[in-house]
Amino acid sequence: MNIIVLAKLVPDLVEELTIDESGAALDLTFARMIINEFDDHAIEQGILLKERGGGTVTLVVPEFDGADDVLFTAAAKGADRLIKITGDFIAANNHALAHCVAGLIKDSQANLILTGVQAHNDLDGAVGPMLAESLGLPYVGYISSVAINDGKVTIHKEYPGGLLAEMEVALPAVLGIQVSEEPPRYVAVSKVRQAMKDSSIEEQDASDLDPDGGAAVGRMFQPEATSHAEMITGDPEEVTDKLVSLFKELGVL
Amino acid sequence: MSQDIYVLIEHLQGRVADISYTMLAGAGELSKAVGGDVVAVLLGHNAKDMTGNFAADKVLYLDHEKLAEFTSDAYQKVLTDLISKDQPRAVIFGNTSIGSDVASVLSVRLRLPLVNSCRSFTNDGKYVSQICGGKIMAEGELPVPTALVTMVPGGYPAEQGQSGEEPPVTEADVPALDALRVTLSKYIEPEVSDVDISKEPLLIAVGRGIQNQDNIELAEDLAQALGGVVCGSRPVVDQGWLKTSRLVGKSGKYVKPKVYLAMGISGAPEHAEAIIGSDTIIAINMDPTAPIFNLAKYGVEGDIFELVEVLTEKVKQEKQPA
Amino acid sequence: MEDGERIRKCLQCGTCSGVCPFGYFMKFPPSKIIGTLRADIFDLVLKSDGVWMCVSCFACTAFCPSQIPITANLMTRVKEEMLIAGTVPTELQVALANSQRYGNPMGESPRKRADWISGIKPEVNLLGKTKKPVDVLWFVGDYASYHPRVQSATKALAKVLNALGVDFGILGPEENSDGDSQRLAGERGLFEMLAEKNAKVFGKYQFNTIITTDPHAYNAIKNEYPRLGISFPVQHYTEYLVERIDQLKALMNHEVKARVTFHDPCYLGRANNVFDQPRALLKTIAGLELVEMAHNHTNSLCCGGGGGGMWLDGFQWEKAHVRLSDWRLREAVSVDANILAVACPYEAPRFEDAAKTMQGADQLQVRDIAELLAEAMGL
Repeated sequence: MNIIVLAKLVPDLVEELTIDESGAALDLTFARMIINEFDDHAIEQGILLKERGGGTVTLVVPEFDGADDVLFTAAAKGADRLIKITGDFIAANNHALAHCVAGLIKDSQANLILTGVQAHNDLDGAVGPMLAESLGLPYVGYISSVAINDGKVTIHKEYPGGLLAEMEVALPAVLGIQVSEEPPRYVAVSKVRQAMKDSSIEEQDASDLDPDGGAAVGRMFQPEATSHAEMITGDPEEVTDKLVSLFKELGVL
Repeated sequence: MSQDIYVLIEHLQGRVADISYTMLAGAGELSKAVGGDVVAVLLGHNAKDMTGNFAADKVLYLDHEKLAEFTSDAYQKVLTDLISKDQPRAVIFGNTSIGSDVASVLSVRLRLPLVNSCRSFTNDGKYVSQICGGKIMAEGELPVPTALVTMVPGGYPAEQGQSGEEPPVTEADVPALDALRVTLSKYIEPEVSDVDISKEPLLIAVGRGIQNQDNIELAEDLAQALGGVVCGSRPVVDQGWLKTSRLVGKSGKYVKPKVYLAMGISGAPEHAEAIIGSDTIIAINMDPTAPIFNLAKYGVEGDIFELVEVLTEKVKQEKQPA
Repeated sequence: MEDGERIRKCLQCGTCSGVCPFGYFMKFPPSKIIGTLRADIFDLVLKSDGVWMCVSCFACTAFCPSQIPITANLMTRVKEEMLIAGTVPTELQVALANSQRYGNPMGESPRKRADWISGIKPEVNLLGKTKKPVDVLWFVGDYASYHPRVQSATKALAKVLNALGVDFGILGPEENSDGDSQRLAGERGLFEMLAEKNAKVFGKYQFNTIITTDPHAYNAIKNEYPRLGISFPVQHYTEYLVERIDQLKALMNHEVKARVTFHDPCYLGRANNVFDQPRALLKTIAGLELVEMAHNHTNSLCCGGGGGGMWLDGFQWEKAHVRLSDWRLREAVSVDANILAVACPYEAPRFEDAAKTMQGADQLQVRDIAELLAEAMGL
């Protein structure tokens, strides 16, 4: 099995986000970038499939501050090939990324391509389905389980309320991972440092990053709270007394 | 080409999903600015009777046995055909397991611009999307010629997308659906041996703030004292501290209780969209900037570990006969 | 394995396993682990998860008749192997990943690390801003910086230092976790990474000595950093203050009428032999009656926070259904203490948490020594 995983880095929401001077885009100069959580699950799913059925896992990451760390950590987990796409991805949207990655991997003969089902900065759509279409491959998203059998893959697709759909998808295919079958494994810092010595990252140039496909943004802003809760204050005694009265008022006590 | 707004209706196992009504409501608002009709697009098999309460000017119904339940490939083929022919002003999809499987593919296939995670439309027809966990809003002109839009709940109540009058239904042609690359084998139901939280009137919800499994007991005690049911957000369920049937959120259940007591829950969008139907949300959280306080009617900036047991005791005392 | 030779001296007397507070929950307590090494069946230990009950309290090390450094060289090494194999409880995993990414196990933004200083006059010297040379570098630590309960103790200490006219500065957002608990939880690589980062920051500023709020940071900087070539004179704040005890006493104008018992932090007491200084400080406070709990000094009971214990609460609860902090608190209650005095940032939250659900503990207060000193000084 030749598995390719596409992972990207997104702004870490632990830090404050700021909007740049144009007023229509995020200011990423001081933003800390972190791996998209769903892509982390995609990497884990790829490694699990390799551990179960053999094959190779190639991780592709667009150039961002922190990309090297993501790549070496994946190597420490078991990824075989590490590819960093060089170029200016700050202004690139998912359409551009999908088009670029498709160009780079179309001759790779990958059986299965995995990526996170979504990322929190997906303003122009999700990269997985776009990559699939650019390669002419089928796509299913919100995946929580993957089993490969004979030229096809059996997947579980998540719907609300805990409902799952079992579907068969012809290979090669692109899958949007919601959650890996096991939680992403921990890898000791010493192992990652070892991977930095033992593995190398191949750099491939981004062909063209045409951002067409999204909508123009007129302005970006931080939402004002349209309403705010009426705060109940006091020490624990007072607060709990007030909550009891509130429960009575609301008819639940 | 038209100025019509198409809405891809979502349904599963014979039930129309709430997001469909949110989209119809949004389409209704958008059509005021844009001028065209709201057209509900229903793909299915023997599913005409689902259309009764759609708030739409008309319904386009596409019937085929391979459309009985959703699969990405089939829906993509049908919609490619439909959108190429009709060229509406916009097509609205849900930002869901159904809509998201389709919208971005069509964006590339038909070379049509896509606006993701849209919450609402302004009076002059601009889209307003939320990204970065709800921390950032993006607003802009609806792109031309045909805008593909995925919507999230929260901007409009489901009721606004429902109507007492049944819209007229037109059947449209379905292209050949051979050689589909994705097929549905079966559904796997969640375990039913548990309460259905979407039907409970009083929910005590716990989030990451509960910190560990054994503290769930605190919530259970309070729930028992009040006569409610414990549920939780994704981190709690993913850890296995609560059963999946108790998950409240985008990938869990949407709830509409009388009272939703959110303890140690930050209020991230995936959770928020599932609880906005509640009558009254009361939130307890240590972080005064937690987004949940913008959703809740009442809030306490406090430590659940200082409050919950005391609260449970008082509730028990209240319930004792005088 | 460093000092590996010492393990050969094991008498298999079982004292370590007996004195270990969680020994009875481990399939392989310390003496048994040594047994498996000798019988060449050590891989059995790696298959069991009992080692995560170890809170690195140092009791085994303190009582071993052969003086084998069990905590650091056996238990920690087993944890290191477990980590490399990938068998880690999720809670701990999160704390380790956070430490790596944000420089603190809680996952808080580094930019907010000095937010606690607001309101203190004179303003606490943030070395990154003022770049002035100082006499004392105060290494504040993770919980002291971010945890709301512990911040009151941190502020109290800042006020005490100000009142004494100490010329001190803090690193604020540039400070990373000392990494000691992460090291003892098996993440040697992470510890080294954090130490390297801190060393770089230390190198930027001029100071004569370091003081720490946290015994764990004290232990790291005193005993572990020098092995990495990072050497600075360091004291725990109690040691530093006791050297100025007369000055402190002169500034005291309030009584603290209470029966107080002191909990020896494992990494101050047992691990580094600092027992008398905290007690001396408490005795300067007028009205304060100091009593000892049944376990004190070397045989003190651990609060359960060390060695990763702070981040294994759920895991340890599920195995044991007892908490070490409960045990310790019961001792405080049984000597009729009004106040349980602590000197480590892990403790106040742990003991206050335990007090919530313990009968007879509702009147018991938990206060850091810094808070008591500040109260006595009217600050």
